[in-house]
Amino acid sequence: MLAQNEPIIRLKGVSKFFGAACAVDNVSLDVMRGEFFALVGPSGCGKTTLLRMLAGFETPDTGNLFIDGRDMTGVRANRRPVNLVFQSYAIFPHMSVAENVGYGLKIAGLARDEIMARTAEVLRLVKLTGQEKKHPGQLSGGQRQRVALARALVMRPAVLLLDEPLSALDARLREAMQLELVHLQKTVGITFLIVTHDQSEALSMADRIAVMDQGAICQVASPGELYEAPNCRFVADFIGKINLFEGAAAMHGKDRIRINSAILGEVELTGAARGAVTLAVRPEKIRISCEPQTLLDIIQVRGRVSDIAYYGGYSSVFIDIGAAQPLMADIMNAEQNGMRNVTPGDNVYCSWRAADTLLLTG
Amino acid sequence: MEPWRKTPFVFLVSFLPPALWLAVFFVAPLSLLWLFSFGDKSGITDIELKWTLTNYARALDPLYLGVVLKSLWIAGATTAICIMIGLPVALVISFAPGRVQPWLLLLIILPFWTNLLIRTYALIAVLRGNGHVNSVLEWLWHIGDGILGMVGLGDYDLLGAGFTPLALLYNDGAVVTGLVYVHLPFMVLPLYAAFDRLDRSLIEASLDLGAGHVRTFFSIIAPLALPGIVSGVIITFIPALGAYLTPDLLGGADSQMIANIIERQFKAANDWPFGSALSFLLMYAAFFGMAMRGIFTKRAAEGGRR
Amino acid sequence: MNIIKKIFMKSPSRPLDYHRRWPLRTILICTLIFLYAPIFTLIAFSFNDSKRNIVWHGFTLKYYEKAFANAELMLAFGNSLAIALFSTLISIVLGSLAAYTLWRFRFPGKAAYEGVMVLPVVVPEICMGVAMMAFIARTGWPQDVPWPLNLGAITIAHIAFCFPFAAIVIRARLQSFNRELAESAHDLGAGEFQVFRDIILPHMRPGIIAGGLLAFTLSLDDFVITFFTSGPNSVTFPVKIYSMMRFSVTPEVNAASTVLIIFTIALTAIALRLQYRSQMTEQVK
Repeated sequence: MLAQNEPIIRLKGVSKFFGAACAVDNVSLDVMRGEFFALVGPSGCGKTTLLRMLAGFETPDTGNLFIDGRDMTGVRANRRPVNLVFQSYAIFPHMSVAENVGYGLKIAGLARDEIMARTAEVLRLVKLTGQEKKHPGQLSGGQRQRVALARALVMRPAVLLLDEPLSALDARLREAMQLELVHLQKTVGITFLIVTHDQSEALSMADRIAVMDQGAICQVASPGELYEAPNCRFVADFIGKINLFEGAAAMHGKDRIRINSAILGEVELTGAARGAVTLAVRPEKIRISCEPQTLLDIIQVRGRVSDIAYYGGYSSVFIDIGAAQPLMADIMNAEQNGMRNVTPGDNVYCSWRAADTLLLTG
Repeated sequence: MEPWRKTPFVFLVSFLPPALWLAVFFVAPLSLLWLFSFGDKSGITDIELKWTLTNYARALDPLYLGVVLKSLWIAGATTAICIMIGLPVALVISFAPGRVQPWLLLLIILPFWTNLLIRTYALIAVLRGNGHVNSVLEWLWHIGDGILGMVGLGDYDLLGAGFTPLALLYNDGAVVTGLVYVHLPFMVLPLYAAFDRLDRSLIEASLDLGAGHVRTFFSIIAPLALPGIVSGVIITFIPALGAYLTPDLLGGADSQMIANIIERQFKAANDWPFGSALSFLLMYAAFFGMAMRGIFTKRAAEGGRR
Repeated sequence: MNIIKKIFMKSPSRPLDYHRRWPLRTILICTLIFLYAPIFTLIAFSFNDSKRNIVWHGFTLKYYEKAFANAELMLAFGNSLAIALFSTLISIVLGSLAAYTLWRFRFPGKAAYEGVMVLPVVVPEICMGVAMMAFIARTGWPQDVPWPLNLGAITIAHIAFCFPFAAIVIRARLQSFNRELAESAHDLGAGEFQVFRDIILPHMRPGIIAGGLLAFTLSLDDFVITFFTSGPNSVTFPVKIYSMMRFSVTPEVNAASTVLIIFTIALTAIALRLQYRSQMTEQVK
């Protein structure tokens, strides 16, 4: 039996090629029991292929795939202890809600009363009690998604796979479902693995996130770690908003680096790096002022405000600092840092703590 | 779509039965016919495979060439008349209000669902010497004659001494009429589909620029609907070319078409090699027509995408 | 109220209202008259109390009685029905398999397979008819078998040219099938056959019914191919009517023809009704 701290999914060196194109490139990944795991990346990064390999609809060309300790690399989809919630829900149109949910149990050969009992239980879980006799055509999009969830959950899989579960929902429903899915996962206790292209969705729902790009995994970490300590330029850029600056680094002492950047001038940071690097800072870390700040250990640039985007609670201020892209600073509208309202055309000083600067070598 | 190797057993179960049936009961008989067409009649029932082209060459005999040419001419006339009738009919249907369209189409197609034999028989009753058309004409003749009599011109026999019925049956005209009667839906449907797909705003633009309706039709509608028109022409011409029942029942002794000759070779004349050769010539014509249609529609589809 | 308004108050004619223009309308109406008049007169004269089929003498059903009493005619009708039934059942199976193969699998020679499937639709009937006749003669098909086996040759020929039509209809229906439904069923534990039975077959059903009715009609109405494959004791309805027509044109033929027309139209109406209803339920989904 599987020890408590052994991963429920383990991928070792898994690759998949479609013709000459490499969709999944030597991926190794562990997903722990009971966690809400997200696989995130832009379109075409291979996350859906990876998901389908887990579900059993594609076979890896290299590597091994372990589910619940057993090697499932060549095992067919209908023999695996995982269930997939499809992006389009794939509800059987000619069956009622109850028949849909009970289908897997019927195939497994369970007795009728057991099927009815388990169906009722799971419908209560997804808040669809009373809809048993309805047909999919009579349900809303959100309800159909719950049927898809119920149908997969009633099988009590080791892992529940979800393919872009929220992409078909409108914005408000999406936010509500995000919370509901997390709550559902904690209630049921099953490991959830979702695939999504929406990084904010992953950040809000997952315990751990794997960021994929061009078939390979860039970083696997908790949302906070991904946001505050991305390990490469791609992850920094993909997760959240960020400002990027190119520079050349040279060691200056045992653990100090001096980076020469066209925009920022000379910057000194703690760490170890050499050669071409990217410096980055998150927009909310930047403070805007009319007068230059004189605090120690800050990085400061001058510029002229070019645009302001108002978002209600906060505003994104775009400042032209002489670089190709404007600097993006997010300021809360409630507190204005003791400044009068910023308007386009103002000459301002943007500053942030040096420690808040991210140093990216990838 | 998955590669067949993924689930070979399922693939074979679904692939083999239809394939085998067609192989044994369709391809094999046709192949036999093909072999016969190169053979020679040696004895009453035996055919020797000699790989000779004499049977095909015989089709060029003036006797048979005449039949082939006549078939082409009859099929051509049928197609032409179908176009002349089909274009306005399809135009009316495709521009009718949406609710009415399916019903109009159904009305046009419904006769197609009745047996060919019966429809042809119905035409016989209409076209005969003492059939319905002639009965009506005779009735009109009597009225005309009566009027002339009343006016005082009765003795001059202006309408002839007696009513002579029109010989509408057992000639080429009857065959063409019969073929038009049978194949009209085949022309209307593709034309309707083509007109239906037209961008109405193009027609409106043409009218807006000052062109009349007839000019708009020939300059705008017809060229854009050309794939549909070509499609309709081919699926009317080819079946008309290979028609058997209609010339058999409606045609006279000299209105024989290719299919009738083929039938005679296999039944009365017992010259199977020649009949086979003729059959294959007909088939090649059919394949050629379908290939042309395929190329045409494919090229039109690609052209549209550009 | 609205209908009366529509009839009596004509909205101004728009330039593209070709259906309103009288020259075109006349052509349409004349065409419809041309198409239907012969059929209607045929049906009307089947009730005519006169042997000669021209002048109306009186309403009678006696020719229907004669037709139903004509043992050979009834036997021929029975033969036609039996052949159509068997050929439809097998055509549905073969058509479904062919459609499923083409929809699901990639395989070498697929284009050739598709091409061969379409051949029966393209090849002129006379060619198929004589080919079958030659085949039967050459392969020494048993000739003196009892009913219903003596209809075997005709049935087999009918299946060969009917099932591709059914396959086309069924394949069109399969195009609208969402493959993820099959994947979902697999994911829930179903094996190949269970997925086919529970998920794919229900989806195909409207296509199977429509294809089946098409095959039935094609078989029932067929003349040319049957003419070449039938023998003296395996006569079908159209072949029998043909021989009756050659001998004499009596209202009995009209009566028999009317029966066939009604039968065919009824079947077609059912098929269309089923198509329509399945389209409506699809839209709800």
